[in-house]
Amino acid sequence: MQVEEGEVFGFLGPNGAGKSTTIKLLMGIIFPTAGSARILGKPVSDVPMHRDIGYLPEQPYFYDYLTAAEALDYFARFHGFTATERKERVHKMLKKVGLETAGKIQLRKYSKGMLQRVGLAQAILHDPKLVILDEPMSGLDPVGRREVRDIILELKNDGKTILFSTHILSDAEMLCDRVGVIAGGKLRGVGAPGSIVGVQSVGMEIVFEIAEGRQLAETIRAKVAKSGANYRITVSEAELYETLEQLRATGAKVISVTQVKPTLEDFFMELVGKDRAQAAAIEVSGK
Amino acid sequence: MSRVLIVARNTFREAVRDRVLYNLVFFALLLIASAVVVGQISMDIESVVMVSLGLSAISLIGLLIAVFTGVGLVSKEIDKRTLHAVLAKPLRRWEFLLGKFAGLVLTLTVNTAAMAAGLFLAILYLKHSLVRGDAVVLAAVYLILLKLALVVALAMLFSCFTSPLLAILFTGGLYVAGLFVAQLRNLQTTQFNPQTQKLFTVLSYLLPNFENYDVMGAAAHGRAIPASLVLHDTLYTILYCGIVLSAAAAIFSRKDLK
Amino acid sequence: MSGGRSAAWLLLLVVLAGFTGIWRLQRKISMQRAEMHQEQDEILVRSPKLMKLATLEYGTLVADIYWTRAVQYYGGKRLGQDTNLASLWPLLDVATTLDPNLMPAYRFGATFLAQPEPRGAGRPDLAIQLLQRGIDANPEYWRFYQDLGNIYYLNLKDYSKAGEAYLEGSRKLGAAAWMKVMAARFLEKGESRETSVMLWSELYDSSTDEAIKQNARINLELLRTDEDIDHINEIAEQFTAKAGHPPRSVREMVQAGLMAGEPLDPRGVPYVINRDGKAQISEKSPLHKEESIYRRAL
Repeated sequence: MQVEEGEVFGFLGPNGAGKSTTIKLLMGIIFPTAGSARILGKPVSDVPMHRDIGYLPEQPYFYDYLTAAEALDYFARFHGFTATERKERVHKMLKKVGLETAGKIQLRKYSKGMLQRVGLAQAILHDPKLVILDEPMSGLDPVGRREVRDIILELKNDGKTILFSTHILSDAEMLCDRVGVIAGGKLRGVGAPGSIVGVQSVGMEIVFEIAEGRQLAETIRAKVAKSGANYRITVSEAELYETLEQLRATGAKVISVTQVKPTLEDFFMELVGKDRAQAAAIEVSGK
Repeated sequence: MSRVLIVARNTFREAVRDRVLYNLVFFALLLIASAVVVGQISMDIESVVMVSLGLSAISLIGLLIAVFTGVGLVSKEIDKRTLHAVLAKPLRRWEFLLGKFAGLVLTLTVNTAAMAAGLFLAILYLKHSLVRGDAVVLAAVYLILLKLALVVALAMLFSCFTSPLLAILFTGGLYVAGLFVAQLRNLQTTQFNPQTQKLFTVLSYLLPNFENYDVMGAAAHGRAIPASLVLHDTLYTILYCGIVLSAAAAIFSRKDLK
Repeated sequence: MSGGRSAAWLLLLVVLAGFTGIWRLQRKISMQRAEMHQEQDEILVRSPKLMKLATLEYGTLVADIYWTRAVQYYGGKRLGQDTNLASLWPLLDVATTLDPNLMPAYRFGATFLAQPEPRGAGRPDLAIQLLQRGIDANPEYWRFYQDLGNIYYLNLKDYSKAGEAYLEGSRKLGAAAWMKVMAARFLEKGESRETSVMLWSELYDSSTDEAIKQNARINLELLRTDEDIDHINEIAEQFTAKAGHPPRSVREMVQAGLMAGEPLDPRGVPYVINRDGKAQISEKSPLHKEESIYRRAL
């Protein structure tokens, strides 16, 4: 698997798939039993290379007796900035992640979301070329997640390369140039979010309203889902016109007809399902 | 090297903000103060008892800090995963370890100095003046500090490959064993065959000899402590710590963290 | 990974070099510490008053610790052939202050405080002080008077006081009959070899403390050698008168028909004749070393 310069690469997979493990191997927190990896052309064990990368661990935890400003200052020191530079950067970062006012409070009083933001701040504080984020959205409310997304896009615009792992598919679809899907400890596929799942349409979705006092046709009642005042039904392309005819016959008002593309989620579920089936099969066969 | 100092400074800061340490030091000062009170009651107490008690308190409190905090230096970081973000910096693992060591030794130095100051105040109160000979107590305190540094190194080594509880037990056990290492060398030859005797001798040199640092008798009675002993003990500590920390660094560098 | 292997070699080098340095340093340190003559017990508090205060109701327990330490201390000194027994008195002093009924401590102190260096501390005055405390706390224990008398007889050469002590002791309940006999001997004859033999024999027979027993035994053996040597010297004089020159060995005297066989010392080693023509204990005998220790003061 390869991450190109300047792209946002999403590392996708269900919990326990091995996303964090892979990232930890990259960061030298754990060691591989076989194989090798390189970052910025250097082997993973090259410590000076860390100058050019930033890392946000999953569930970050920092020295709780420090304040956010002190913690960031501590991390900044390893990059050899002058005292003025440090102060400036720390201030800038706190502002960027929305912790400007909380800078002087001890980290032990921080919520999970706030800690996440501190983690992000220390990862980008030194303007690294590559930023590796392990589950950057976890623990954040929708506003926080939006902010992190914006930051990631900002970083991308600055020409940075970003690798982040997540199990939230919508984030990946929205942000990533490419994704790598990992499940059961194995890499299942790499490519643009769209290309992975193929452009094959799986059907057509009709959104409609029924006329007042009228009922749904028998044939379609079972397949219909209600959402608010409207009804939705998904049919294959072959059945499309027949269904439309039925609806027209009952006096329903068609609101929209859209192509349904398979989502990453489906791809996912299929994969996981395959895994489980395989695992079950192995169990049953007693191998 | 400066990276080591960054970690050291932070470790020191952590200790300073840890209230437990203050309590321990306060306790030691209390012990010393109580010795003064007791001294009032009994007529024939001199600075002998005062110094013995004071040095014992300093040693004991120092050991508690050295063992418990020493083990926690590494294990707490691994447990709480505060380590992960730090290791992503351009910082080698051994630099991290050394920095932690330096930070705790610095902390112990400050604590010991504070307690020693308390002791000197007590002596001053008792004798109403300090003479040149009292400098011996300072030498005794310095040797205690050397001893503590070695204990910290051992604590760190053990915490790199065993659980915190075991590390505490091993370090404590090794300290106690180290007090009697000299006896091992002088064991009666008639009981054991030459092979076992040789083994004991080798062992007595390999194990850390904590008796080297014990000058309480001389200090209590105001007898001079040869400067060369202080020098040799310093060298011994540096060498032994070097070995222990190298081993710890080697283990820690290859350790899979959580 | 080559980095790992070279690191392993480096570590090995550090460890080996380090321990070599440590070995050499340790020897220097050990030597310096020996010169400092530091008593291990200097850190044990020496003041009986303070200890009494500090130990509250654990007095008897702490007394035991001090007493045990005193025994170890003495044993260690004997083994290490160190002659300085300066800490013996403080240890026993504290022990008996904390527990005035610690009988073995008094008896131990009576023997080993009083005996001259190097086999004792050479302080009969302190031994008497200790015994006096024992007597004050346990006035009916007759053995203390036996010990007291022994000190006067053996170490202070005050035979009238020795007799007084034994006499006083003989009046106590349960006292052995020979206490009166010994009292009489002291007062009549003062010092005599026979009396000494009786004294030590009694101590040897009745003592349960190994160190005291051992000490008594050696004293008895040496008294025996004294007797043997006197006897051999008498015969040597006869030989000299006859042959015109002193005997060069015991065998000569046997060959001359003056002795029946070669006499052995209590350890089974034959006596030898020295250059002056006098008998002495053979260097091969373990008693030779004991003699130099026990007789050094004299």
